[in-house]
Parts: sequence; C-alpha cells; structure tokens
Amino acid sequence: MTTTDSPQLPATPKGPPSRATARRRRSGDTERGFSRVFRWIATGAGALILATLAAVALFLLLRAWPAITASEEELSSAVGRYPEGTSLLEFIGPLIFGTLLAAVLALALATPVAMGIGLFISHYAPRRLAQVLGYLVDLLAAIPSVVYGLWGFLVLAPVVKPVWFWLGDNFGWFPLFAGDVSATGKVLATVSVVLAVMILPIITAVSREVFLQTPKLHEEAALALGATRWEMVRTAVLPFGRSGVISAAMLGLGRALGETMAVLMIISPGFLVYSLQILAGAQHQTIAAYIALDFAEATGLAVNALIATGLALFLITMAVNMIARAIVARRKEFSGAN
Amino acid sequence: MSTDTMDTTERTRALLTSSEPRRKAVDRLMTVLIWAAFVVAMIPLVSLLWTVLVNGAGRVSLDFLTYSMRGIFGGDPSGGIYHAIMGTLIITGWAALISVPVGLLTAIYLVEYGRGALARSVTFFVDVMTGIPSIVAGLFVVALMTIFLGPGARFGIMGAIALSVLMIPVVVRSCEEMLKLVPNELREASYALGVPKWLTIIRVVLRTSVAGLTTGILLAVARVIGETAPLLVAVGVTDSINLNAFEGRMTTLPVFIYRQYSQGMATCREDQLNCVVDISYQNAWGAALVLIIVVMLLNIAGRLVNRWFAPKLR
Repeated sequence: MTTTDSPQLPATPKGPPSRATARRRRSGDTERGFSRVFRWIATGAGALILATLAAVALFLLLRAWPAITASEEELSSAVGRYPEGTSLLEFIGPLIFGTLLAAVLALALATPVAMGIGLFISHYAPRRLAQVLGYLVDLLAAIPSVVYGLWGFLVLAPVVKPVWFWLGDNFGWFPLFAGDVSATGKVLATVSVVLAVMILPIITAVSREVFLQTPKLHEEAALALGATRWEMVRTAVLPFGRSGVISAAMLGLGRALGETMAVLMIISPGFLVYSLQILAGAQHQTIAAYIALDFAEATGLAVNALIATGLALFLITMAVNMIARAIVARRKEFSGAN
Repeated sequence: MSTDTMDTTERTRALLTSSEPRRKAVDRLMTVLIWAAFVVAMIPLVSLLWTVLVNGAGRVSLDFLTYSMRGIFGGDPSGGIYHAIMGTLIITGWAALISVPVGLLTAIYLVEYGRGALARSVTFFVDVMTGIPSIVAGLFVVALMTIFLGPGARFGIMGAIALSVLMIPVVVRSCEEMLKLVPNELREASYALGVPKWLTIIRVVLRTSVAGLTTGILLAVARVIGETAPLLVAVGVTDSINLNAFEGRMTTLPVFIYRQYSQGMATCREDQLNCVVDISYQNAWGAALVLIIVVMLLNIAGRLVNRWFAPKLR
C-alpha cells in the first residue's frame, strides 16, 4: 500500500473507478482498490450490530425516561393498573419477581432432564440412532411459542390440574405449594412446565456438544479402573462438562425470562403481590406477558411505563446472557478446545 | 504358600467378576433415568404435534387458505387465513432482506478481516444479542419509530425491523461457522493467481460455502417466522388483506393464532344458521397447523440443501 493512494480510496466507494486503480497497480499488496472498500463494508456491518445493540438500550431508555421521572399521581392516573400511591418500582418489583420465579422453576425442571438427554445422545443411545434422536429434540425448538401457548392452555392445563391438586393436598406445608389450588390449572406452575419444555432443546444442544468433547482418554482411563458406565460419566464426563452445562443453563434462563406468548396465554395474572404460591391463581405475572397484555390499549405515559418495564427485562436478560457467555469464553481458554 | 496364592487369585477373580451389587444397581438406575429423560422430553413433542394435527386438519381447506377474516363476526365459519399468510410472507421476507446482507457481511468481517478489539466485541455482543427477548425487540422498534412518526405508527416494516434484530445474530452465528469451514488452501490458491481479496471472498469463499449459508439462513427464517410478541407490539392486528408493508397494520400467522385464541367461545343464537361455537379455537388450531408445516418444511429444506449441495472437501 502506498501512502499516496490511501487517503483517497476509502472516499470513493463507487465500484468502477476504484477497480480501475486496482488494475493499474497490479503488483504488491492485495489490500487496495475494491478490496479496501469491501473491507470497509464488512467492518461497517460488524459495527452496525454494535450500534444496533446500543440503539436498543438508548431508545428504550429515552422512551422510558418520562415514566421513570413521573410522579406517583401521574402514573396512577395514566395507567389503569396503578393503584394510588404506587411508585414505578413498587409496581415493577412484583413483575420482576414473577419473571424470575417462573424462569428459575422452569430451569430447575429442565436442567436435569436436559443433562439426561445430553448424556443419552452422547453416551447412551445407540450410535446410529443418536443423530436422529438429537434432531427430534431440536424439533422442540422449532415449534413457535404461540403454539406452545395454545397447547398449554387447551391441553396441558386440564391434564396437570389433578397433579397440582394432589400436591396442594399432600404438600401444602411447603411454601411453593401453599394456598388455594386454582380450579383452572392456569397458574405459574403450569407456565413453568411449558417454559421448561421450551428451553429444553437449548440446554440439551449445548450440553450434548460439551459431553461429546470429553477426552476419550479420560473416559477409557475411568473404564480401565473398573468404573461402571455411570461412574465413568460421573468422574470423567460431568466434571469436564460442568461449566458448559452451567452456561447452557444460563442461556436457557435468558430464554425463559424473555418468553412472552406461552406465559401470556396460560397464566391468569395477578399484580402487586410477591407470592410464592405457584399453584394459586391470580398471583403472578411476568414482565413480557404484562407488556404484551397491555400494550395494545396503552397511550401516552402508559406506553412509557410499559417501555420502562421492558427496559428492566432487557437489563436482566443482558446480565444473564453476558455472564453465560463469559463462562463459555473462559472455558474455551482453559480447555484447549478450539 | 499355595493356599495363599489360591486366596489371592480367588479374591482378584471375585473383585473382577462381581463388583459390589450397589454400584451395579446405581449404574442400572442411572441408565434407566437417562433413558427416561429422553422419553419424558418426547411426550410434549408428540402430544403437541398430535393435538395440532387432529384439531387443525379438520379446519384447513382451500377456502380457509384463500379467504381473509374481513367482515367475519361471531361464530361465522367462513373466514380464513389468507391475510395472515400474506402478512407472514411479506414481513418475514423484509426481515430476511434486511438481515441476510448485514448478517452475512458481519460473518465475512469476523472470519476474513476480524482482528483486535472490534472483532472480539462484535463476537461477544452477537452472542449476547441472541438473548434479546423478542418483545424487547418489538418495544425497541416502537420506541424508535414513535420518535419519528408519532405514537400511532404501526406497519409491516416495523415488524420486519424487529424481526431482523432477532434474526441478524442467528445469521451471523451460522454463517460464521460455515465460512470457517472453507479451507485456507482455497483462499491462498486464489491469492496466488492474483485474485484480489474481495473477489476471492465472493467467488471462492462464498461459493464454496453457499450450501451451508443457505441452510443457516433458512433455519434463521424458520426461527423468526413463528415470532408473535414483537409483531403484536409493533405491527398490530387487522382482519383485512394488506400487502403494503409501509402502510397500515398487518397480521401474521402467529398473531392470528393469538387473536383467535383471545376471542374465546362465540355465542350463537338458537335460530342462527351457520354458527360454530368454538370457531375461533378451530381457526387457531388450523393456523397453527399451517404454521408448523411451514416451519418444518423450512427446517427440512435447510437440512436437505446442506446434504445435497455441500461441497465435497475430502
């Protein structure tokens, strides 16, 4: 690259002239003429993604600001659901709590099963079937969330209702199962089951990959010492895959936190309460479902309040995802994989 | 001496042939549990697909696919999903039109040019971006557009922008993987012939990986085609056919399903002809069947493209 042509080339993004210059100076560096323009275009696309993410945060904050700075009276007069004398924080708090509760329960249900499936596909299933079976689990991820909602509302809720009654009758002393069991089955527990099914394929996909990466020598060493298959898995595969499974679970958590339709269509919502009673109706609502429920009718300050709620969701999921990605990145450095 | 040897042999044999029964039992129990985990995961899949098939198959007909819901009220069963199908095609098409160039170019940047802090942060934030909740993407577009166009703005292209916020990271991820698979020897051979880098990328790298790229893009489309929440927020709902993405509300299949679901049971007068009480649920199931078929076709097409057109590198 000569110093004379470097300033003028990025300034001429049109194809033909820069291509002509490239043809004129054929010898030397390949990085000039349209190559240079192309590099700028590609770099620009990369930068555009960073800009988009920044814009998401910026515009949400910009539109949420009026609600954040509004007084309690203004909020309660603009938004139907705000009772007198409730600050934005007092209103969003229970929503965040409901979101976290649903997501954590879903995670608790899904992680053991997903690890089981991951092990099943990587170490237990017949070799030839493994790929097909893995594809079947991936199909769960392909089903749109609105169909999950429809299914959860019309099929799953009636089916699990007797189970919730049984849990309420026999384990009512346990805080999660306390309270009056809802007669409709449209409660947070049902939502968590559906969310668990939805995040299952994500956790499975990642943990399957990590389990497959276990060094063959570790496994064979364990077997040579007389370990049974489970002992081999416990001593060689699981420790190797631990951080991978943790980050997979975090990714699943991120997805469960942001899921809208399944929650919206199944739950009978309740506001302004911090409640652990996952079998009782009208006790919880999640942020995403609340936004979808109220957005169509909202005007003025109510829209700002909804966007402020969305901003809270955005920050929570960003934090969860960044932690998950940081774990993955750290693992890459240590394990020597890739 | 000889009894001693006998003893040792016996003991060793005992150790080798019969490990403790508890260990074996635990091993068997875990095997059963791990198989059970897989079976448990298949129950919802089978139940869901079966329910959609049984409930939807009765509703899907030529009329259902070619009529809109304009002027359909109550239990009238003569409506259809034509407007939703067209809305889905238009909005998803625009989303793909925005996401594919940006996503592909970013992948090219990461694989061919990416060095240093910018590349590292792009990789990291693309990963983080995959986790943006879909409804937040919808809110972002509304927040952006209402600043320029006033509070009531709802039209198709807004939904397409929201979908591309969700789709771009998926495209980047899968395209990046595919471009990394192209062997360096091909690039070097091309440079050795004096081909400039941009032409090498377009004519050698992209052409070698075109099957994988197509797969990645089809799977990304399949992922966003089922999105509901961002469209509910950014595009709104309509019962009529609207083919213009730049004006007026639109309906897509997932939003149609939600709308029918939220209408619930219809009330029929006794003397009313042509009235079905649970018609909205039937409509929802019918649309769900169509949507699932579309998503499955996209998935299968993606995998087949990769299998049939992948270059034989070895």
